[in-house]
Amino acid sequence: MHDLGALSPNAFLIISLIKIGITFTLVMVVVAMLTLLERKVAGWIQDRLGPNRVGPGGLLQPAADGLKNILKEETSPREASRLYFFLAPALSIIPALITFAVIPFAAPLPTRWGLVDMIIADLPIGILYILALTGLGVYGIVMAGWSSNNKYSFLGAMRASAQMVSYEVGLGLSLVPVFMLVGNVTLTQVVWTQQEALGFWLCLPLGLAFFLFVISSFAECNRLPFDMAEAESELITGYHTEYSSMKFSMFFIAEYSNMLTASALMATLFLGGWDIPFWTGDNMRVIAPGIVEGANPAWWKTLLTLGAFGVKTFFFVFLFMWVRWTLPRFRYDQVMHLGWKVMLPTALAFIALTGTTILVLDLSGLRYGSFLYGLILTAVNSIALVLFLWVLDRDRVISGSPPASVQARRFGVPPRVEEPMTAGVPEPETAGV
Amino acid sequence: MAITVKTMRRPQGKASYLRASLKGMALTFRHLVRTEKVTLEYPDEKPELAPRWRGTHRMEVHADGRPKCVACGLCPTICPSNCIRLVPGEDDQGNRYPVVYEIDEFRCIFCGMCQEVCPVEAIHVGQDFENSEYTRERFVYDLDRLMAQDHPVTALWDPSDPLGQ
Repeated sequence: MHDLGALSPNAFLIISLIKIGITFTLVMVVVAMLTLLERKVAGWIQDRLGPNRVGPGGLLQPAADGLKNILKEETSPREASRLYFFLAPALSIIPALITFAVIPFAAPLPTRWGLVDMIIADLPIGILYILALTGLGVYGIVMAGWSSNNKYSFLGAMRASAQMVSYEVGLGLSLVPVFMLVGNVTLTQVVWTQQEALGFWLCLPLGLAFFLFVISSFAECNRLPFDMAEAESELITGYHTEYSSMKFSMFFIAEYSNMLTASALMATLFLGGWDIPFWTGDNMRVIAPGIVEGANPAWWKTLLTLGAFGVKTFFFVFLFMWVRWTLPRFRYDQVMHLGWKVMLPTALAFIALTGTTILVLDLSGLRYGSFLYGLILTAVNSIALVLFLWVLDRDRVISGSPPASVQARRFGVPPRVEEPMTAGVPEPETAGV
Repeated sequence: MAITVKTMRRPQGKASYLRASLKGMALTFRHLVRTEKVTLEYPDEKPELAPRWRGTHRMEVHADGRPKCVACGLCPTICPSNCIRLVPGEDDQGNRYPVVYEIDEFRCIFCGMCQEVCPVEAIHVGQDFENSEYTRERFVYDLDRLMAQDHPVTALWDPSDPLGQ
């Protein structure tokens, strides 16, 4: 227990403003850099170099893009609904930016005025706040698509709303095991649980939830393979077809800051947040203003943990890009199929499984936080994860269309010629009847 | 009768989305970290042109600076896009020479037939592609301009060596 002194109300106000300023600037700069990184990764994956003309190694490319977008002519379609057309970009960028407020990004920093939390707002309802705001994100897209008065935009918006509503369910339900294990929805508490109280990063005892959460996040951010809303090839970028110049840019910023927030959230919830693994020197939490439990805070610990948080977040950002430039887009029915018939039941089953396991462990008198406690949870989860992946893999769940024999039974299609792909391949069992 | 659809029965390992995804991710990652890239950084690096690559024209000149062209009229005749304008003239010794020789590079399709048909090897298509201009008029190359071009000329197809080996 270390008492480092609480901030005075005035100092709290000033430091909060500074934190907001720094975080906002940092997020915007990182988002700008992410657009460059996306193009670089795309280039590298396709054996190209990526943009490298503006500034050293292309680093000033985002500035050039931003300048171009500001200077471009603003167009709005004659038939568009003015108010909503203007409102939509704002509505999609605001939730994307303010979700970052509740994510703790480093260990608390001791200053001469008192202890400073490295989080903008340590809300007691942390994750619920994030869920509520990501739910708002769909309004911007639907409004944009509807007000453009363009059939492709409208189709994109319809798809987006259906998809985001569906995956919101999976997203929320995959978080329930986290709440059950942590016993709290505050993000600082989630980090503390992973550092000290449980001692396991939640991706181990809740790996299946992690998997589902990652997939749902991809869908929530409208990123490939779930970019139904944009679908360049079919819908000419969907909901933002009619937008130009800075309004288009705002959708772009919203997409990338959504991605950044989702990555930070995944890192916080399942990879220990700003925790540095195998080191107890950073295991600390603020239990009251100015009072820290656990290790002693120091400025260099804040820096190190900030670095750890950055690395973890970057890993997920990179995963987003890597997946985007690898996987093809799902068909719409496959997206819905995956969302409602795979993610939802799996998440529910996993809630039941985790709940039962926790209950049994608690009843058996095992101490919460002991190594065995986490180990048993991890083992149960591993079995569940393997089972899930095996079923997903074996039954071709994602393919959407049922196997030939089922189709024949259901639609009365006459039996057809079935040709094995290659002569040497052994005949497979009839899949998933 | 209903339409029959031929379905491919794929073995499990090839039909699985999960395994295919992971395989794809591994493949793209290998390309991501690969150091040799195919990008040609154009203004800094120039592409290597094939010997029979055909670009803007060039007129060969004699040592004394006269064009080799004898104004026989074969090239405007064979030109499929009708882009060559030739007005023949004759000096007092009876030698024919071009009074006007213009090629509209906009109309030209760079088939190279003018070079093939030329009996005195005067007109050539050449290995040049950096020919942007500010006005359309500048794309009609006159005789002086054609004679001033100094880029290498295109090699003709050799029937005895059809693959150019």
